[in-house]
Amino acid sequence: MRTGFTALKKVKINSDANMDIVEAQEIKGTFTKKKNKKQKKQPTPPLTRSDDSMVKETETEHVDMLGESAFPPEFRVSEIKNKQRRHLMFMKLKLEKRKQRMAMKKKKKKERDALGDKAPPKNVPKTIENQRIYDETTVNPEDEEVAFDEGTDEFSAYFNRLTHPKVLITTSDRPRGRTVRFCRQLATVIPDAHVYYRKGLALKKIIPQCVARGFTYLMVINEDRKVPNGMVLCHLPDGPTAHFKVSSVRLRKEMKRRGKDPTEHSPEVILNNFTTRLGHSIGRLFAALFPHDPQFVGRQVATFHNQRDFIFFRFHRYIFKNEQRVGIQELGPRFTLKLRSLQKGTFDSKFGEYEWILKRHENDVCRRRFNL
Amino acid sequence: MADKSQICSVWVGSETGILKGVSLSKKQAFNFCEFSCLSRDQEVCVLGWGDPQETEVLVGSVNGTVKTFSTEKGIFTETRQCGESTQGRFTGLAVTDSALITCVETGLLRVWKEGSETVEINAGKNVSRMRQNPSQCNQVATGGKENGLKVWDLERPETPIFTSKNVRNDWLDLRVPEWVRDMAFIPNSDKIVTCTGLHQVRVYDPASPQRRPVLESEFGEYPLTALSLPANKDSVVVGNTQGQLAILDLRKGLVRGCLKGLAGGVRGLQCHPSLPLVASCGLDRFLRVHSLEDRTLQHTHTAHLNPSTQTITWEASHTVVFSES
Repeated sequence: MRTGFTALKKVKINSDANMDIVEAQEIKGTFTKKKNKKQKKQPTPPLTRSDDSMVKETETEHVDMLGESAFPPEFRVSEIKNKQRRHLMFMKLKLEKRKQRMAMKKKKKKERDALGDKAPPKNVPKTIENQRIYDETTVNPEDEEVAFDEGTDEFSAYFNRLTHPKVLITTSDRPRGRTVRFCRQLATVIPDAHVYYRKGLALKKIIPQCVARGFTYLMVINEDRKVPNGMVLCHLPDGPTAHFKVSSVRLRKEMKRRGKDPTEHSPEVILNNFTTRLGHSIGRLFAALFPHDPQFVGRQVATFHNQRDFIFFRFHRYIFKNEQRVGIQELGPRFTLKLRSLQKGTFDSKFGEYEWILKRHENDVCRRRFNL
Repeated sequence: MADKSQICSVWVGSETGILKGVSLSKKQAFNFCEFSCLSRDQEVCVLGWGDPQETEVLVGSVNGTVKTFSTEKGIFTETRQCGESTQGRFTGLAVTDSALITCVETGLLRVWKEGSETVEINAGKNVSRMRQNPSQCNQVATGGKENGLKVWDLERPETPIFTSKNVRNDWLDLRVPEWVRDMAFIPNSDKIVTCTGLHQVRVYDPASPQRRPVLESEFGEYPLTALSLPANKDSVVVGNTQGQLAILDLRKGLVRGCLKGLAGGVRGLQCHPSLPLVASCGLDRFLRVHSLEDRTLQHTHTAHLNPSTQTITWEASHTVVFSES
């Protein structure tokens, strides 16, 4: 390579007439890069158009140096067969475009400043959340049917303060360390939660026993390859069963700048962005996990934030520094959930009726349609 | 109210007792309910047409009442108490010559005639569905969990005229459980097609000497909850608890195609009597109308409330009635 480079240097002094000889001498394509670069700096007389890409490059370089940034219309970067040269040309093209864009931006900013108050409002950039297709099942707060439905559904006992939540947390059979630690941390986050070892028992047999002992929720964390990856949340007397995919589990040890362990106080619950009818059901499912009255003394808050059908769980402790400013510390585990199915009745995957199932290929059709 | 009910072509009953009429041409739905007092007690179990002209919809609720809704007037005109809620939910509703036939889950099939005594038939325990033969109005079929298909003639209430036999033991020599979820009489013949909770579709022929199914085919892995026969013969539309709808061919028992769109368990399914359309209603709270020829979704409408079983009825200007359960 070294020798090639020095050879190039010699070539540099030659005129363009010797370019062909130089090309013949090239053994490796890598040298052309250097050559091109060197040629860029030399002003070359405009050559007639030919298929020689090198010639084209010089021509366009010349055009560049004339101050125009338009490439001749027949020229397309993708037609250059040589990968190195093509890459270089593409980089140049991108640089050009970026320069143009920056120039436009500057111009616009100047105009805006010049107009001052009379400037037109800024355009809001399009995001997938902005472009979300309006869902017909979005719940209207004044809808009586939905209000009646929610007043008499399986969660009405909780929302009318007739029952208190009591959660049983278990795992799939023979859990590994990470899942066990996750379950224990979940039990500290949810008040009145009990962790039990699965022992290979069938869920359909556990459920009547839980109901007899007064549990209102059964939470089963499924594990795959030593990592928790699924959750079945079953509301007990005869309530709906939700099956979630769990991802991005971060245990307390892995969290940066975390606070001390959570206390026994009941946290506040924040449910963000559960707008559709299905979202409402899931929101109520999460709300019924926690006791009705949060103990504000504890200053703890559990957040279930829904965005693009993913539900993010975070657990924080907050402190008001003054009226306007709050400091928060993240405690506790964090994880992401995605709803896979909601089944009416207690856990019965074979014969149960499903209220909603995630059908992936039907959802893949449109990127802007979400269900929760 | 009257004008709203007159343009509705599909009727759906919900779990809170509201009868919804959907007008496909106007793409609107209207709620019709009594006293504006909703309760889970009034959950609609069955829907049926009260008369051949399709001017009256019969609504059977959990608390044992059968209400008559007049489509011309747009109000509930009559209420009859046909049993108590302790006897189980209604699983079938039919009308013959001014008599009302009801069947409940515990197997009690009753014919209510004005004035005279009610004829009672015990159809076994755990009856899931009761259907009437559209061509011979005094024949009804019942079936349920561990209760095979039985065809009854109402004039001879002692014994069924046809009792089906369970299929042979499977390859492990174990008895195959049976759970008939829905059935339909194939027009212009004696045959009955049933769908089971063990994802089987079976055709029985009372005219043939064998009591076992003449044709058996399977679809999917989940219980089939609803069934309907389209206008053209030789096919049947079934739906299962996962929201998969399929059209099966009855000549060989093969799946002809699937209808997409439903995300929740199918609760009600009904084909239009003459057009190749099928209305389906599921736990995902949507009413969908598919075209059977090209299997595309023609119309979607939020039903807003969970439909209960057996709750769709079509009505067309040519008096198309779809009662779905």
